[in-house]
Amino acid sequence: MTSVNSADVLIGIRDLKVDFRLDRTTVTQAVKGISFDIPVNSTVALVGESGSGKSVTALAILGLLPKENSTVPSGSRILYGGRNLLALAPRELQKLRGADISMIFQEPMSSLNPVFTIGFQLTEVLTRHLGMTGRQARVRALELLREVGMPEPETKIEAYPFQLSGGQQQRAMIATAIACEPKLLIADEPTTALDVTIQKQILELIAALQKRLRMSVLFITHDLALVGEIADYVVVMREGEIKEQGSVEQIFEAPRDPYTRALLLCRPQLERRPRRLPVIDDFMKPGPVAGGALEERSRGLRGDEEIILEVRRLGKSFYSREGLFGRREFKAVNDVSFKLARGKTLGIVGESGSGKTTVALTLLRLRGESSGEALFDGKDLLSIPQKELMPYKRRIQIVFQNPYASLNPRFTIGQLLMEPLQVHGIGASESERRDTVYRLLEEVGLPEVSFFKYPHEFSGGQRQRIAIARCLTMKPDVLICDEAVSALDVSIQAQVLNLLQDLQDEHHMSYIFISHDLAVVKYMADQVMVMNEGKVVEVANSDDIYRNPQHPYTKKLLSSIPQGWRGARAR
Amino acid sequence: MTQAAALAIGVQRAESPGLWTLAWRRFCRDRVGLASFLIVVFFFGLMVASGLHLIAADWSKEVGVNFAPPTFVGPAISDSGPTAPVAAESPGIRPSADPGEIEIVDPLAGVLAEIRAASGAAAAADAQAPTLVFGGDRWGRDVLKKTIKGTETSMFVGLVAALLAAFLATVFGALAGYYGGWIDDFFNWFYSVFTSIPYLLLILAIAAVLNQKGTLTVILILGLTGWTGIFRLVRAEYLKHKVREYIQAADAIGASHARRMFVHILPNVSHVILVQLSLHVVLFIKSEVVLSFLGFGVGVDTVSWGSMLNEAQSELILGYWWQLAAATLAMALLVTGFSLFTDALRDALDPKLK
Repeated sequence: MTSVNSADVLIGIRDLKVDFRLDRTTVTQAVKGISFDIPVNSTVALVGESGSGKSVTALAILGLLPKENSTVPSGSRILYGGRNLLALAPRELQKLRGADISMIFQEPMSSLNPVFTIGFQLTEVLTRHLGMTGRQARVRALELLREVGMPEPETKIEAYPFQLSGGQQQRAMIATAIACEPKLLIADEPTTALDVTIQKQILELIAALQKRLRMSVLFITHDLALVGEIADYVVVMREGEIKEQGSVEQIFEAPRDPYTRALLLCRPQLERRPRRLPVIDDFMKPGPVAGGALEERSRGLRGDEEIILEVRRLGKSFYSREGLFGRREFKAVNDVSFKLARGKTLGIVGESGSGKTTVALTLLRLRGESSGEALFDGKDLLSIPQKELMPYKRRIQIVFQNPYASLNPRFTIGQLLMEPLQVHGIGASESERRDTVYRLLEEVGLPEVSFFKYPHEFSGGQRQRIAIARCLTMKPDVLICDEAVSALDVSIQAQVLNLLQDLQDEHHMSYIFISHDLAVVKYMADQVMVMNEGKVVEVANSDDIYRNPQHPYTKKLLSSIPQGWRGARAR
Repeated sequence: MTQAAALAIGVQRAESPGLWTLAWRRFCRDRVGLASFLIVVFFFGLMVASGLHLIAADWSKEVGVNFAPPTFVGPAISDSGPTAPVAAESPGIRPSADPGEIEIVDPLAGVLAEIRAASGAAAAADAQAPTLVFGGDRWGRDVLKKTIKGTETSMFVGLVAALLAAFLATVFGALAGYYGGWIDDFFNWFYSVFTSIPYLLLILAIAAVLNQKGTLTVILILGLTGWTGIFRLVRAEYLKHKVREYIQAADAIGASHARRMFVHILPNVSHVILVQLSLHVVLFIKSEVVLSFLGFGVGVDTVSWGSMLNEAQSELILGYWWQLAAATLAMALLVTGFSLFTDALRDALDPKLK
C-alpha cells in the first residue's frame, strides 16, 4: 500500500473485483480484489501486460463497465470524496464523469466523432458540464487548444478529426478531457498509437498539465520504461492482481517482486545487449537468472562479409488523381540503396509514413511496379517476369506486424504450414511434408497438437511463432520482419526476439528488421538504416549510430526514446 | 477488457473446434433458430421424398369428388350443386364446373367403365371419396398431396435458382473485387444495366425470350436476374479482404491469384454468401409464386404453390377455400421458418473478429 496521508487521497480503491460473464456458465475474474490509492496532485502509473486488468480498473472508476456481462461483487469500493462510486446512481456518476474525472483513450482517431469539428466537440463538454453559453465556450475552447499546444488553434477549431495528424488528435482529446479541469485524468495508453517523437511531446504535455492544473493522473501503460519519467507512484498488475506497488524510485531501484524485475529486464535496453533476453520464466523460477543472459553479444559489420542482397536506388511512387487528366505523384520510397550481408541483420527505423514497410513490400513484389534494382543472387528481383519469380519468391520471406491478421482464420495451423510446401513442391510426399511441419513446430517451440488447431486458439506470441514457422518452411535466405514484435507484450516480445536470434544463429539467415522501436532495433541489428519521408537519412553500424548519430533527424529520434527512471534522473 | 475476455476463452478451450463447429454451437444455443431449422429440414425432407416419388406420386389422381371438402369440415351438403350426384351417377361423363354447360360424351366411357369394374368396387368407391384430408380441387385431386408436390416444385425452384444466383454473384464479385481496375468497371457496368431495368419487366422479358414454360425456365429466369444484390456484397467483401495481411502473406509464399481468391478469401466470406443464399431462397420461392400466378411460371403438367394460388382465385368465389389455405399455409410456414433460420444463421456465422 502506498504510504500517503489519508487526507491526501483523491481516490481510494479497496478490494476491487470485476467479473466478466463469458457465456451462460463461465465467469472470469478480470480484476481479483485490488487496492491502491491515487493521491491528489500526483501521477500514478498502472503498468501491466494485456489481460492484466488495468483498463478494466480504469473503466470501473468511471462506471463505464459494460452492463450486460460484467458484475462488480459487493465489498468492492471505489472511494471518492467519501462516496463509493460503485454505489452511485447513474445520473450522479454522469455528473462526475467529464467534470471531476475524465479519460483519454489509446486511439485518438476512433475516440473523436468523425462528423463533428474539434470545436464542436470541445464546446459540447463546456456547455454541458459548466453551463457556458456558446460564445463563452468558444473562447474557452480556443484557450484550451492553446494550452495543449495545438498549432494554429483558430483554424484547427474548425477542423474535422481526419484533418489533424495523430499527435494533434491526441492533443484535441486531451483538451476535451481537461476542459472542466478534472481532479483526475485517466490516460489509457495515450501514446501507444503514436510515433516516438510525438509520444515524447504528449508525455511532456500531460506532465506539464498535471503540474499546472494540480490534478491527479492515472497513467495506464504496458511500457514500464515510459513511466519512469512521469510517474510518482507505480502499480504493477498481472492477471488481475497487483504484483507490486510503491514509489517510482522504489520500483526502479529496488523492485521486490520478480515480475517487476522481469518487466524491467525483458525489454531490450540501449546500454546493454545480452546474448539472450531474459524472459518472465527466468525470474519466476527460483534460483539466479541464467548466466547466458549476462554475456554481451557484439554486432556490426567489418566490411568483408558476403553480400546477399544489394538494393540500388529503389523507388516507389503512388499516384493520386488530380483534376481531369493530371495525377500527383507521391514518392513513398525515394532513391533507397543498401546492402544486406549474409547472416546479418539490417535494422530499418523510422516513424510511420517514412516508407520502411513500402521498402519491404516492394522487395517482395507485393506492391506493383517500382524503379531501381534489387540484386539477389545476380538477378534483379524487381525486373524478373512473374513466371520466373517463383524460385526467388521462396528465398525472401516476410513476417508481418499483426499476427492476428496475417494468418488465415479458416485454415488450421497444419494447412497454413503445409501450403507453402505444396505451392513450391517442396518435399516428395504429403507425409514427408508433414514431418517437416512437425519439426518446424518443434523448432519454434509449439506442441505437435498445434497442427490441428486454428489460429484463434493461440495467443499473439504463439501466432507470431506460427508466422515465423511458415516462413521457415521455405528455408529463405532473407527474412523481413516488418514490425514483427511491435504488437506483442514485453515478455512475449523477448521470447520472439530470442527465437529469431536462435534461428539466425542456426540457419545463417539475413534479416531485414523493420521497427519503430529503437531499442529493439539496437538489440537485433548489426547495421541500422534510418529513414524519413521515403529517404535514407543515415546508415551505420548499430553501435556507432546510437553512440554517435550524425544526422539531426537521427539525433531527434534517439532523444525521444523513453529514458526510464535512470535516464530521467540523469537529465 | 476484451483482451481479457478473449484470453480467458483461449485458456478454457482444450480441444480444437474449428470456426464452423463454433458457429454450429452458437446456432444450437438459439432456440428459435433451431426450431426454424427443423421446419426447413422437414420441408427439405418433403421435397426430397416427393422428388423420389416416395410420397404424393399419385397427386394427379382424381381420388375424390370434385371440390371435395376437407374431412374436418364434413362432406358437402346436397345443395352444393348438382355436379356431385351427376358425377357419381355417370362416370363416363366428365363433370364440368358449370352445371349449365352441355355435357361432353366421352367416347372411351365404355372402356373405362370396364376397367373400373375390373379394378373392383372398393377402388371405385375410394376414387370418389366424398371428403379428403384437406379437401380436393376442381377435379377431385387431393389438395394435401398437391401441396406436397407443389412444395417440391417451389422449393426446388427456390433452392436451385438461389444457388445459381449465388454462384454467378460469387464468381463475378470475386473477379471484380479481387482484380479491381477494368474488370471491376466491366462488372459494375453490367450490374448497373441489370438493375436499371424494372425487375418484373426484366423477368417478363427473359420469360418472353426463353419462350418455353417449365421449371427450368423459371430457375433460369430467377437465377439470371437475382445475382445483383449478392454480387455487390461479395465484391465489397473481396475488396476488404484482398488487402488484408493474410492475403499478402499468401502472395509472399507464392500462392496464385486463383488460390488466393478461392482457397484463401472464399472461406472467409462464405458466411456472407450463405446468409444471402438462404435469404434469396425465400425471395425466389415468393417470386416463383408470383410468376406462376401471372402465368409465366411452371407448366400446366406440374403443380407449384403459385399455380395452386392461380387456380384458387376462381375457386374462392365459389367458396372453396381449402386449396388457397393449403398453399398459403405451406408457403407461410416455410418462408417464415427459412427467414428465422437465416437470421439465426447470420448471428451464428458472424462472430466478432478476434
